[in-house]
Amino acid sequence: MRQITYRDALREALREEMLRDKTVFVLGEDVGRYWQGAFKVTKGLAEEFGDERVRDTPISESAIVGVAAGAAITGMKPIAEIMFGDLSALAMDQIANQVAKLRYMFGGQTRVPVVIRMPFGAGVNIAAHHSQSLEAWFMHVPGLKIALPSTPYDAKGLLKTAIRDGDPVMFFEHKLLYPLEGPVPEEEYTIPFGVADVKREGEDVTVVATLYMVHKALAAAKMLSKEGIDVEVIDPRTLAPLDKQSIVNSVKNTGRIVIVTEDCKTAGVSAEIAAIVAEESLDYLDAPIKRVAEPDTPIPFSPPLEQFVIPNEKSIIKAVKEIVY
Amino acid sequence: MNLEKEKLLEMYRKMLEIRHFEEKAFELYGQNLVPGTLHLYAGQEAVAVGVCANLRKDDYITSTHRGHGHCIAKGAQLDRIMAEILGKKTGYCKGKGGSMHIADFSVGMLGATAVVGAGIPIASGAGLSIKLRGTDQVVACFFGEGASNQGTFHEGINMAAIWTLPVVFVCENNLYAMGTRQTNVMLIENVAERAVAYGIPGVTVDGNDVLAVYEAAHEAVKRARESRGPTLIECKTYRHKGHSRFDPATYRPKEEVEEWLKKDSVQRFKAKLLEMKILTETEVDKIEQDVIAAVEKAAKFAIDSPCPAPEEALEDVCA
Repeated sequence: MRQITYRDALREALREEMLRDKTVFVLGEDVGRYWQGAFKVTKGLAEEFGDERVRDTPISESAIVGVAAGAAITGMKPIAEIMFGDLSALAMDQIANQVAKLRYMFGGQTRVPVVIRMPFGAGVNIAAHHSQSLEAWFMHVPGLKIALPSTPYDAKGLLKTAIRDGDPVMFFEHKLLYPLEGPVPEEEYTIPFGVADVKREGEDVTVVATLYMVHKALAAAKMLSKEGIDVEVIDPRTLAPLDKQSIVNSVKNTGRIVIVTEDCKTAGVSAEIAAIVAEESLDYLDAPIKRVAEPDTPIPFSPPLEQFVIPNEKSIIKAVKEIVY
Repeated sequence: MNLEKEKLLEMYRKMLEIRHFEEKAFELYGQNLVPGTLHLYAGQEAVAVGVCANLRKDDYITSTHRGHGHCIAKGAQLDRIMAEILGKKTGYCKGKGGSMHIADFSVGMLGATAVVGAGIPIASGAGLSIKLRGTDQVVACFFGEGASNQGTFHEGINMAAIWTLPVVFVCENNLYAMGTRQTNVMLIENVAERAVAYGIPGVTVDGNDVLAVYEAAHEAVKRARESRGPTLIECKTYRHKGHSRFDPATYRPKEEVEEWLKKDSVQRFKAKLLEMKILTETEVDKIEQDVIAAVEKAAKFAIDSPCPAPEEALEDVCA
């Protein structure tokens, strides 16, 4: 199978959906022909589809999302790009109070088919306003769906599903993943929401990981296998809906779980998954639930500081070894 | 501006409907039939009616927490609005929205949002949708002067301006944002002056004169429909009651209230129609009785309607 990057996989999904459905359009800061997206995801799209459908906006995050909402409830399928996930705070009312609630508070009279793409993640030394992972904020808002692909294959398949969905979808990317290459078929495919993917099968311990942490978990699993510890790595791929069953089933088999996410530990994604495991499969656990996440700090700038807070293979291996004995 | 008799009577009737509807809602509240709160539109009728009289059924509006008047003016049914206010299953939002979140997508009423100013970018988005779909629809976006201090006002109007979107921004300046006087929170007298910052026309009109509102909106709607971009219309008006049900509005000087009550839009329009001989005293009574009967019927429908089943709370979160 051909290998393409995560960035190109996302672009293919955007392009194919724009070709398939003329109500699909892209808006955001510097997504157009001059800059082509801060991470070049929209490269070439303005040239192909025109400036009307690949629309540069002013620096107005709140209106980017609000305008997308207004377009969505009147027949369009907007894909809004927020340049960095941290900046979603500027659009939070439109996301959490408007986009997420319009359908519900209007008694189901409308759908709100908006996709809001944004990159999360630390690791490129751009400090506290461009690096945080905020998945948990959105997981706490009923009405939002959340997809967060870790591979080029998942990126393309999930983004196509997100665009075709009738509900608002928060689509989280990771800035370190854009150059990552992986197999992506030429032919059309989509990936359903709410279906986790077992990235590696194993018998001794379940590791649930998201976004870039999937790759760190896989690297850790490889090292642990040399020591005879067989790790199963599960990527939920969507947090809302969350494929609880796949996680619980894996725990029933392994009896042990480590949850690895790049967001802060307190009230983070890992806390929710841990609670589900405790509620639904406590009796199957042979050891305490472990969480590997960022400590509760903003993301620092200096490389040694930043590397210290990001979960890595070492911290994953340490957590696994604490419960596999 | 010369309007046909039929149009003028329709506008008068709508204004009366809003007035009587709000009085009825207030009365039902007093009987503990309305859960929560109420932000009554009474006093501001000329704005909603003067603007919406220029709109087609397929045009859109966005509304606010003080939105009953906008719904009625855009053609939503009194009974289903009242049922929503009473939290009934037959309400427009099946009891999930209430007074502050009424929507009727079948008449282009895209809903009321109760976060002040939040509807402004949404209206611009509907405008962008119209532009991309290539229709000649128009959006009217209602908000108060308080909303003009929100960032969404700046962001939303600027986007509509740079993209020449077919949106009419209608600022209902009733002088108070809850209890805060406009003069305490902005140094300009007219919100319409802010239009200069976006390079679009801004006009200030007497918001208690329905014909003045109609005329300003007529020009703005025409401009929007001809793809010439948005307009900001400021309508100076006054709410008869306090901000919400529990507000006795003691922060408003008595003389000021009396002064504005003398300028009541419904009475003024009635006097004007009588003077123009469009209406006779007999017809005035007849219309009023018709409207009262329609409002009573709507109230009865709402009162007699069932509440939603509790577990319906779980529906409509996602499509």
